[in-house]
Amino acid sequence: MTEAFIYDHVRTPRGKGKADGALYEVTAVKLAKTTLDALRDRNQLDTRLVDDVILGCVDPVGEAGADIARSVALASGYGAEVPGIQINRFCASGLEAVNFAAARVMSGQTDLIVAGGVESMSRVGMGASGGALPVDPMVALPAYFMPQGVAADLIATKYGFSRADCDALAVESQRRAATAWAEGRFARSVVPVRDINGITILGRDEIVRPQTDMQSLAGLQPAFAMMGEMGGFDAICTHAHPDVESVSHVHHAGNSSGIVDGAAAVLVGSAAAGKATGLKPRGRIRAFASIGSDPALMLTGPVDVTQKLLARAGMSMGDIDLIEINEAFSAVVLRFMQAFDVDPAIVNVNGGAIAMGHPLGATGAMILGTALDELERTGKKTALITLCVAAGMGTATIIERV
Amino acid sequence: MTYQNFTLDIDADGIALVTWDMPGKSMNVISIEAMAEIAAIVERVAANPAIKGAVIASAKDTFSGGADLKMLEGLLREFHVSRRADPEAAALRLFEESRKLSLIYRRLETCGKPFVAAIHGTCLGGALELSLACHGRVMADDDKTKIGLPEVKVGIFPGAGGTQRVMRLTDPQSGLMMLLQGQELKAAKAKAMGLVHVTAPRAEIVETARKLLRDGQVPAKQPWDRPDFKQPGGKIYSPAGMQFWPAANAIYRRETADNYPGARAIMMACYEGLQMPMDIALRIESRYFAHVMQTPEAACMIRSLFVSMQDLNKGARRPAGPAPSSLKRIGVIGAGFMGAGIANVSAKAGIEVVLIDRDQEAADKGLAHIARQADDAIAKGRMKPADKDALLARVTASADYGKLADVDLVVEAVFEDRAIKKAVTEAVEAVIPPGCIFASNTSTLPITSLAANSARPDQFIGIHFFSPVEKMMLVEIIMGEKTGEEALARAMDFVKLIRKTPIVVNDARGFFANRCVLAYVREGFLMLDEGISATMVERCAAMAGMPVGPLSLSDEVGLDLSWKILQATKKDLGDGAVDPAQERILSALVVERGRQGRKNAQGFYDYPAAKGAKKQLWPGLVDILGAPRPAEAFDIGELKQRFLVAQALEAARTVEEGVVTDPREADVGSILGFGFAPYTGGTLSYIDAMGARAFVALCDKLAAKYGPRFAPTALLKEMADKRETFYGRFAPTARAA
Repeated sequence: MTEAFIYDHVRTPRGKGKADGALYEVTAVKLAKTTLDALRDRNQLDTRLVDDVILGCVDPVGEAGADIARSVALASGYGAEVPGIQINRFCASGLEAVNFAAARVMSGQTDLIVAGGVESMSRVGMGASGGALPVDPMVALPAYFMPQGVAADLIATKYGFSRADCDALAVESQRRAATAWAEGRFARSVVPVRDINGITILGRDEIVRPQTDMQSLAGLQPAFAMMGEMGGFDAICTHAHPDVESVSHVHHAGNSSGIVDGAAAVLVGSAAAGKATGLKPRGRIRAFASIGSDPALMLTGPVDVTQKLLARAGMSMGDIDLIEINEAFSAVVLRFMQAFDVDPAIVNVNGGAIAMGHPLGATGAMILGTALDELERTGKKTALITLCVAAGMGTATIIERV
Repeated sequence: MTYQNFTLDIDADGIALVTWDMPGKSMNVISIEAMAEIAAIVERVAANPAIKGAVIASAKDTFSGGADLKMLEGLLREFHVSRRADPEAAALRLFEESRKLSLIYRRLETCGKPFVAAIHGTCLGGALELSLACHGRVMADDDKTKIGLPEVKVGIFPGAGGTQRVMRLTDPQSGLMMLLQGQELKAAKAKAMGLVHVTAPRAEIVETARKLLRDGQVPAKQPWDRPDFKQPGGKIYSPAGMQFWPAANAIYRRETADNYPGARAIMMACYEGLQMPMDIALRIESRYFAHVMQTPEAACMIRSLFVSMQDLNKGARRPAGPAPSSLKRIGVIGAGFMGAGIANVSAKAGIEVVLIDRDQEAADKGLAHIARQADDAIAKGRMKPADKDALLARVTASADYGKLADVDLVVEAVFEDRAIKKAVTEAVEAVIPPGCIFASNTSTLPITSLAANSARPDQFIGIHFFSPVEKMMLVEIIMGEKTGEEALARAMDFVKLIRKTPIVVNDARGFFANRCVLAYVREGFLMLDEGISATMVERCAAMAGMPVGPLSLSDEVGLDLSWKILQATKKDLGDGAVDPAQERILSALVVERGRQGRKNAQGFYDYPAAKGAKKQLWPGLVDILGAPRPAEAFDIGELKQRFLVAQALEAARTVEEGVVTDPREADVGSILGFGFAPYTGGTLSYIDAMGARAFVALCDKLAAKYGPRFAPTALLKEMADKRETFYGRFAPTARAA
């Protein structure tokens, strides 16, 4: 079987996903174009060798609609012969794009793919694409649909994580992200978003708050208590998990992922593609999987998919040196660490989405890049990247430094 | 042209008054004949150029109670026969036949002439759907006038445009609540919701409707058939819709546990229909209607909660011999919570009540209870202050048995103590007139044994009320060995007068309802003993459709009382008659820790004193039960099933023992008496719908896993072999006129 290598990866900084965020003025196409341009320019890439552009996007409507991947390829001038496809595995879209790319390379049908993702949460808006899942009773009822924050609170309740546990993880995420930025650990992957004149619009992740401590978080109100009670979703929790007497709402703006804008791109190809482009592989994609999990808990998919993936790859958790698990909510990470009894010291070592934000469709590609950079920085060998996914799914990828 | 059920008169202004007045009936119903005539009237109004518009009104006390649900029975029977040969053709025919009314209403609203409904009294179900199809609605503003779509309460849902028109007239939240709860609305609320256009005094509704038409204020086109129509609350796929519908789905599950196909169909028909123009929306509603009709839940709920309940309320089990009696004055002995409640409901029905207790002070306490209940009702606007005075005037609280000299019936509601009961019986019989019936409200003591204290056991009967009397609609009438027909007839006349639903059972320990309840509660205890958390026990019961969890129910009844009953059972029937695990848990709670339930704010739950504070499961349960095993160790579906099977099996035993003789009574009694999962249609319908074979197999499986309490009985096994049902084998013979 052909092996799939990672030749390079880049990401934009993550801008606050609101009207007062730095990237609000930047279109979704321009965000993604920034990353495709960077891959080409810094690698002197002959883009006509790119067989496809696969971009994850969770709300592919409006300016992000109509196959944004082909739009970006055209805007970046990759060449008329380079197609594009937009995919949606919700929050794991960016990682799934990489996995799809790897699969096509491994199958021998494709040599070189740009895989990544983009989300302008400030401009398109979370949930803008609608969808039957929460609305159509035919889906919402069997899915035990509830907003993700309520599901995160259910996870915390069911598995015994207190508000203090969740806040402590958030404080640590902020500390690690600040350290990573201070030490320049993202220098190789982050490409500034610039205007048409070359003036930098945003060069660093915008929402990191290094001063965050337990006291400052303690003042925040639970974000999903009202929704749980008035919206009836607490009852969905207890009907799906009758052992839960009542849901304790522990998540808030400070221990949940930030809403941000951003894009990422990963260059995935075969060994032959490396020769053709004159590029050296930085990493190897060893194995990947996606899974469906309990839709009510919704965000425990990383546990299920990691079990499946390790078994398929003939590996154990002991073989993993480094873990990136998306910090959608504190409880997601806490449950993952609890389930596998892993050392927090190897998990999200450079902070995560609580500190830097979660541009839905792009995050998977971003944290895969973060993991690869960290393997290179530390000389470690193997990393696991995983994300929880709406509607009860999980996606995971194991990569190795080359 | 003349009609059987309607008259049509055209006035000088060209306005037709269509008066609905079915001959020989106290209330208008939508029957096959009425449907055909409505269709003919619509065509006549449409075709006659002299008619400018039409008013539909009723000549009865009330507009109409809706469709005759028995109409559906024949359709369904035909469907079940013909589906064997050709399922799709059978389904198509059911779909087409069951949407005829909907199509007639659609023709009415698109025929080109304006219709206005003039509504007074009750206007429910298919009758309200007729009104909603009219272009205008005038509603009488008196207290007796109410509109509603109660179909969901009998397992179906409004299938003649109700879901679509309500949701196009009012905001989605109010509309869905009305549909899902089967709410009945008075004029002010209906007007505020936009469901009626004008409210008026009852005497003026027809003239008001006429005037609307005369003044040209009623367009012949419905809002939803106009191009500028805007859905109240916006489209489903809009920001507002994305806020509303996810919560609506959640609240639907919270309120129904997704147990009711009729309720689910409301959600589906609204979601899908609101995205479509009216004709297609109605077709979608019809598809769900035809589907829901086929479900066992609909069939069982219609049978128990509509047909059987009506039959029992009309006295299906009353012996025909004794002439109808009219009670004027009764005595109630014991002015405690039960006695005062019995006195209250009796006085409310216009009966004079002598409320006796051992001294004046105790008797006055009962009177104070009645006054307090009336004050509550007044505060909630359900009673007028003048009615309270009249009510209290009908109750004489006294310690003087002599006041019973001219009563027609005595209900004894004193302590469950044989000696006290004996003394009371003798004291009462010393003064009451010869024809007077003596009824005991005992819940535990066999009537035959109490009748032994009576000098006239043929006039001695059990009338067992449920607590709280004001709220609980079921009454068990218990026949002692010597109880005569006259006593039964009079007891039933009494129950009819106070508007409760009677079931007639033969004498046995626990009669019918309490036996099933004990089996339910015991199952909860045994689950605790297996290591299932108290939270999960309570939740699974709720998800199975029970209104109150077994542990909450134990707290309400009183754990100390449960303990006493357990000890009494042991004494009377031997150690084997009680479950040691249940006894151990009760002993640990009651004897060792003094936890008596709600009465001392300590039971399975802690009851905080602060007003509005919710009860919480007592954390100390772990000390008694040990740490619960993880939820994943148990099959939630099976836990839910165990609660229902335990009760259904007990109900089957009461039939086998001859305690219950009519399956309608076990079904209606189980739903009204202890809230047995109403979507099943009751304890025996639960078995019949599953089939005796499947039920026996399920019992065998549960018995193997959990013990012989689940073992199927001889009768059930025989029924399984012969493929019989309770309704087949014990077919009710008496059907009320």
